[in-house]
Amino acid sequence: MDLRKVVPLLVVGMCQVGSAQSPTYGIGRAPTPDEVRAWDISISPTGTELPPGHGTAKEGAPLYIQKGCGGCHGRNGNMAQAPTLIKSDGTMKNQFSCLSPCVNDNNVMALHSPYATVMWDYINRGMPLGKEQTLKPDEVYALTAYLLFKNGVIKEDDVMDQQSLPKVVMPGRHDFSLPPEEWKHGQPRLRNYP
Amino acid sequence: MDSKKRNRRAFLKSGAALAGLTAGGIRPAFGQSSMAEALSPKNKELIAYGERSKYVKSIRIPVNGRMSPDMYGLTFHVLTPLQDQFGIITPSSLFYVATHRGSYVPEINPNEHRLMIHGSVERPLIFTMDELKRLPFVSRIHFVECQGNRAAPQNKTVQETHGLASCAEWTGVPLSLLLKEAGVKNGAAWVVAEGAEEVKGSSTIPLAKAMDDCLVAYGMNGEAIRPQQGFPLRLLVPGFEGIYQIKYLRRIKVVEQYYMTYDDYGHINADARAAALAEQIGPKSVITFPSGGQQLPGPGFYEINGLAWSGGGEVRKVEISTDGGQHWKEAELRTPTYRMAFTRFALPWTWDGKECVLMSRCIDELGTVQPTRQQVGKFWGDPEDRPRVRGNDNTVMPWKVLSDGSVHNGLA
Repeated sequence: MDLRKVVPLLVVGMCQVGSAQSPTYGIGRAPTPDEVRAWDISISPTGTELPPGHGTAKEGAPLYIQKGCGGCHGRNGNMAQAPTLIKSDGTMKNQFSCLSPCVNDNNVMALHSPYATVMWDYINRGMPLGKEQTLKPDEVYALTAYLLFKNGVIKEDDVMDQQSLPKVVMPGRHDFSLPPEEWKHGQPRLRNYP
Repeated sequence: MDSKKRNRRAFLKSGAALAGLTAGGIRPAFGQSSMAEALSPKNKELIAYGERSKYVKSIRIPVNGRMSPDMYGLTFHVLTPLQDQFGIITPSSLFYVATHRGSYVPEINPNEHRLMIHGSVERPLIFTMDELKRLPFVSRIHFVECQGNRAAPQNKTVQETHGLASCAEWTGVPLSLLLKEAGVKNGAAWVVAEGAEEVKGSSTIPLAKAMDDCLVAYGMNGEAIRPQQGFPLRLLVPGFEGIYQIKYLRRIKVVEQYYMTYDDYGHINADARAAALAEQIGPKSVITFPSGGQQLPGPGFYEINGLAWSGGGEVRKVEISTDGGQHWKEAELRTPTYRMAFTRFALPWTWDGKECVLMSRCIDELGTVQPTRQQVGKFWGDPEDRPRVRGNDNTVMPWKVLSDGSVHNGLA
């Protein structure tokens, strides 16, 4: 076999899987940095995308009422129809049945989530119901701090910001497993599973 | 000829012109009076948009009879009537529905909708719907199934036991094409996909899957995706659980670590094996005739038939038992088989009028066999009388036929 013919072919093949390939179709445009900032609300566990701002549990307490959180989740973050946000002392029974998916004392987000950033993302993205993405970064930091404090995870005066929030040691940090990253085409979902 | 007839003829002519012209995107000169006639109640379904017969009454029903999303906005699921489906394509109007939260269907103007691809890429990109439609497309038949699609003893019909699964033909741009266009950087391992609805529902998907067979779909069963299914754009992640099939798709972010975003959080498992079962769906099948709530008029000839599917690829084989799992016979596959798609199976059967239990099991292209509940319970070490299925429930479904011809849930 003439290697001079084979080698260039191999090189071409390798370029195609490398990262430096050029666009084929030239359709679509580049977003501006402002557009990316405005759209990108995904917060990683390391907190890379967290915006500037800060808040404490003390600031979060009045916001919890003002923003209407207590209306659905209960004044004390429990004993209501919407998911439990603050674990109760266990002396009372919730008069409402737990709506599916059930979030009660057993799986309060502040105690169940492995990362504090998940709470920030959730509040920022999905709350308040019907007025999603209207909270300012300071308000999201303060509400996150309030729920972490009320569940005994941080102190009342701890300031939550871009640096401190990803560093909060969450009680649920070891209580989860990631889905397998090494998914492969044509492979059963779990070896030895019937 | 009276004026009404003339109008009709003129309309038919312009209709023929329309058929030739719409492909080029040019609007024909359309007489207003003839359009009005086409849309009159008498002609609307004949001409403008066809309805089914008034004698056909098959409908979707909400899970647990909840007739509306509640004020707390929790998840809301609507079941497809699998007992009435023929073949493998679920009509768009009957395709099962699940919402991130009990939100109503958002109204999105496709002219204003954009898809952004960014993150760990060389060239972040924004596409309009028109731009996406200029790119090379594929049409593929794929099922979508919700992780919550699990049969319970109290369920009466196959709509209730298995109605959170449906299958359609989807048309769109391969996600791999868009990612190559943007140039994925070394070190990337996951993509985060996000919808445009009020809560911006979002899931994290392995990059290998995103580069394999995912579709950014705008077409469903020959027309634009229905609003309940994600109009104008939906991510199809073939064979993965429904929660990954992001509706109203607006953003794909290529990342290096698992993000545990909105929908991922509700999906985390303490056990690594349970976590591994929470992406790809296993081989699964269910008999849709005879199934719960149906009535056989008497002994004689019938065709047992149903649907099989797998997140692992094509359905290779389906077997049927008419004696509660003691003996199995190979069923005929009555439709072409496609990867991650419903396949219709059938077995001619003469019922002797005696009580019996009917079951089906699917074997996929990987050779994986659909398990029984007992086999799954044994894997997890559950008590024998209380097997618990983690991840998607793909266990064998029994239907019990009584001697009076009535059919019942065999798990009850």
